[in-house]
This record gives sequence, C-alpha cells and structure tokens, in this order.
Amino acid sequence: MTNTLGRPDFEAIASWVQPGESVLDLGCGDGALLKLLERERGARCWGVELDPANVLAAVKNGVNVIQGNLEQGLADFEDHAFDHVVLSRTLQTVRHTQGILTEMLRVGREAVVSFPNFAYWKNRMAVMAGRMPVSDDLPYQWFDTPNVRFFTIDDFDALCIEMGIVVRERMVLDDQGNLVAEEHNFLGSLAVYRIKR
Amino acid sequence: MAIGSGVGIVESRLARFATPLRLRSGATLPGFELAYETYGELNAAKSNAILVCHALSGHHHVAGHYAEAPQNVGWWDNIVGPGRPLDTNRFFVVGVNNLGGCHGSTGPAVVDPATGQAWGSKFPIVTVEDWVTAQAGLADHLGIAQWAATIGGSLGGMQAMQWTIQLPARVRHALVIAAAPKLSAENIAFNEVARQAILSDPDYALGKRPERGLRLARMLGHITYLSDDQMADKFGRRLRHGEYRYGFGVEFEIESYLRYQGDKFAGWFDADTYLRMTKALDYYDPAAACGDDLAAALAPAQAQFLVVSFSTDWRFSPARSREIVRALVKNGQDVAYAEIESQHGHDSFLMEDAHYHGIVAAYLKNVPT
Repeated sequence: MTNTLGRPDFEAIASWVQPGESVLDLGCGDGALLKLLERERGARCWGVELDPANVLAAVKNGVNVIQGNLEQGLADFEDHAFDHVVLSRTLQTVRHTQGILTEMLRVGREAVVSFPNFAYWKNRMAVMAGRMPVSDDLPYQWFDTPNVRFFTIDDFDALCIEMGIVVRERMVLDDQGNLVAEEHNFLGSLAVYRIKR
Repeated sequence: MAIGSGVGIVESRLARFATPLRLRSGATLPGFELAYETYGELNAAKSNAILVCHALSGHHHVAGHYAEAPQNVGWWDNIVGPGRPLDTNRFFVVGVNNLGGCHGSTGPAVVDPATGQAWGSKFPIVTVEDWVTAQAGLADHLGIAQWAATIGGSLGGMQAMQWTIQLPARVRHALVIAAAPKLSAENIAFNEVARQAILSDPDYALGKRPERGLRLARMLGHITYLSDDQMADKFGRRLRHGEYRYGFGVEFEIESYLRYQGDKFAGWFDADTYLRMTKALDYYDPAAACGDDLAAALAPAQAQFLVVSFSTDWRFSPARSREIVRALVKNGQDVAYAEIESQHGHDSFLMEDAHYHGIVAAYLKNVPT
C-alpha cells in the first residue's frame, strides 16, 4: 500500500471531505487515498483505475475500485452522484483536459485536482540548463513519461476562468511537501485545487 | 496449473424438500430434491459458506472427483480448494444442481410421483427466481442463515446477483462474473435457434432423445462462447486432410471441433433441461418489475459486489457487466469491477488465468468468515 505519509496533498483532500460524504477518485492506483478517506473521514468511496496491477492492489486493499479508462469519460456515473471527484496527479496525463474537468464537475458537486507545476523554479532551472526536469513530482524521463499536457499554475488558473470554474481553495507545495505561501507559480512544485461550477 | 492438489475425493448428496414449491410460472412442484456437494468445513457460526451457482450446462459437481470416477473432475475445480481463490481452508463451499437440471436434482429426467413416469417435456418451466428459492431451501437444510458469498459465471452470475435482490439479508457478498442484468435480443435469438434445433428434431416429438437437435444446439452455443481471436488462433483455416475435398465431410479443423463438442454433449445432456435452462436465461430481467430501472431493482441488496467481465466475451460483453456496476454505484452500494484481458471469450470465466484468479482470491481474502 502506498505510504500516505509524505502525501500532504492527501491530507489536504481529507480536510476538504466531510464525514460521510461520497468520493470518486479517478486514477485511484492501489486505493491508498480512498482507504485514508474511509478510515479518517468515514467517507463513502469509489475509485476508477485502468492498470490491471493497480486494480488488483486496490481489490486487495478492499476499496471499491472500478476498472475503466478515464479517456473514455465518466459516462457510467450519474450527474452529481458524488460530493467530491478527485483527480490526483493525473490531469497532466489526460489528453482531453477540458472534457475530463467538465465530466468531473458533472458527476461531482465539487472536484479536487492536483498536478505538477511545470513553472516551479527548479523545473525552470532544468530547462535553462538544457534538460527536461525530473523530480519527485515529475519522476519520468521525457521519453517514458505518461504526461501529455505540460502546464503551470497560472495556465490552470486561466483555464478555470475560461471554463467558468470557481476555485474554492488552493494548496501549493514545494518539492519537500512544505506549504508555499507566496509566488505559487515560481515556488510551487505541486498544486492541489478544490474547484466547483 | 491450479494451486495445490484441490479438494480430492468428494461425494454427491441429495436433499429432499417435502413442501410444495410454487413456481413463477404458476405451476407447483409437490416437493423436490436437490443434488449438492460441499467442500471444506462449515464453521461453528455457520458464517463461512459460499454458494457456487452453475451456468447453462453446469451442475453441483464443482470441484474434486468421485472415488469411483477419478477422471470426473468438477467443472470449476481450478478455483476451489485449499489455497485456491475459493479457499476451502477458510470457506465451506456448496455446489448445487438447479431445479430442472439433469444431474440428480428434480428435473425432466426424474420420475414425477404423480404419474410414475419421468417428467420429460411436462416438467414446468423454472426461472432464476425459482432457483434462488430452491437454493434457499438447501441453505436452510444446511443451517446456513446467510452466505458469506454467492458466486457464479454467466447464468450462474445472474443467480449470484438475484440472491442479493430476492433474499438480501441472506448474502453478504456477491461475485457476479461474465454475467448480464438481462439478455439482449441477440442473446435470446441464439437461445431460440438452439431450442428450435431440439424442438424440430423429429426424435423429440417421438419422445426419443433428440441427439441431432442437441448436437446443433451445442455447436451453436460453442461458437458464442469462444472469441473470434481464439478461434483464429486455435483453428484458423487449418484443414483436417491438408487439402480441399470438395464435399460436406469434416474438412476444416473448426468443423471437427464443433462436431466433437456437439456429439459429446448430445450423448449425455438432457434436451428438456437444455430447453429450460435457456428459457431461464431469457426470462431473467430483475429490472422489469421496477420500470426497467436496474438500480431500483438492486436497491434492496445489502451485499457487497465483485463484478468481473472479460475483454473478448461477446455473449455477455464487458458493457453488460458495467450496466450492473453503474446501477450499484448509482445506489451508493459497494462494488469492485475488473475487466480481465482474456482471449477465451465467454468461456474465460472457467479458465485459469493468474490475474482473474488473483482478483477473485484478493476479494475473497477480505470477506470475513
């Protein structure tokens, strides 16, 4: 099971979920977040996962994992079926960015989206030095990365305005998992957004 | 190879029920018998029992073999046994032959006490709901108030699911594999062709065993249980004799395979049972009573679910399983769903596949006894 220590984004998400609320985690992996939300918040949880090994790990963890492909949308879920829909560190791997955000806010009352900030100063330094960034939040080489969308905190803010999405809360972390209080787009490695329509 | 040596030698038993059973069709059975087998030990709390429901041509001999017939291995032996996904070190596993079957339970081949003759074509039509009612009688007989789990593939998956709807307090988990919430028109069409093959066999009208009809029905069935990929892989266009003979004998390997399967089946399966099993499939539609709302039909269920489908199953495709998952999630019910990559089509549920068995084993490990 994934170690949830050192996952401050998980703690932020847990603090936004009220006891007994329902959560859908898209790309839930082995179900670590769902397990945490069930245990800590008494939430009612479901997850979607594509990778067979992760589905097996999630079944082992006893979570409600549904094997499926996010690129095919969330057609199997009803409108406003969940209090929260979570997309953790996955938005940058989804080709249909606007489609998935629209779908999340259709099936969920609100959504949580976390993603690596490509404008983090260390990433900028890497590019300045001539190489694509590799870090804990961007752990892949350019040739094997699942990431297909490269964007920054400022880019995401602009997209939210364009799509009429309201940002309820935002938490930005540096590469040590510490909260970043200012200059988010420069000092933040990972952004966690709580959004709604 | 399946884990361990399996459950070993097993015995078929018979449970008798003297109370009349009113069937969905309106007919009444004056009493009935169910053939069953058990594997593993029922614990003191009688809380570790799993019911295995069989599909079209299945029966109660799920695992192990008979002392007098070591070759007669149960139809789902690869999943039941010590250390296997249905782990008999933890669970008490029950297999049952359904009403209308031809393996010892009351059915067309059994003598109707009212006439002193075999029921034959006079045996009433039975439904999935009737089977659950009868299986509940067996649970009572064994002292099992609540199943730890019901499990089945295909038509068996429908029964596993029906338990949660019909007797929600009596099942804690349902494992619904390669199933569908109801048949499509195409599914019913295949069943109807199979039935017509039997009903139009002149031997059937004469009260004789309609072997030609059974053979055709089974050949058709087999085509729908396999996948196009698997057939291409296993047979392709390979020829029996290496060249065309420009006749109607067996030329292609696939023809040989289908004829073999058809002949084998026609030699032992009861035609009246086959007719009834296909009708039970056709009639099953739990959502119908709820305005075609499957979620409403499943709402009473108290069980948690594991739903499994197979990528190349076109008889009950993954989309059909997702209908069940969608309804359960809509209701806020607990469900895990795995879509297994497999080339074996509908028959995949019977195959030994490490990932598939891994999912079932992992799920059942979390089922308390």
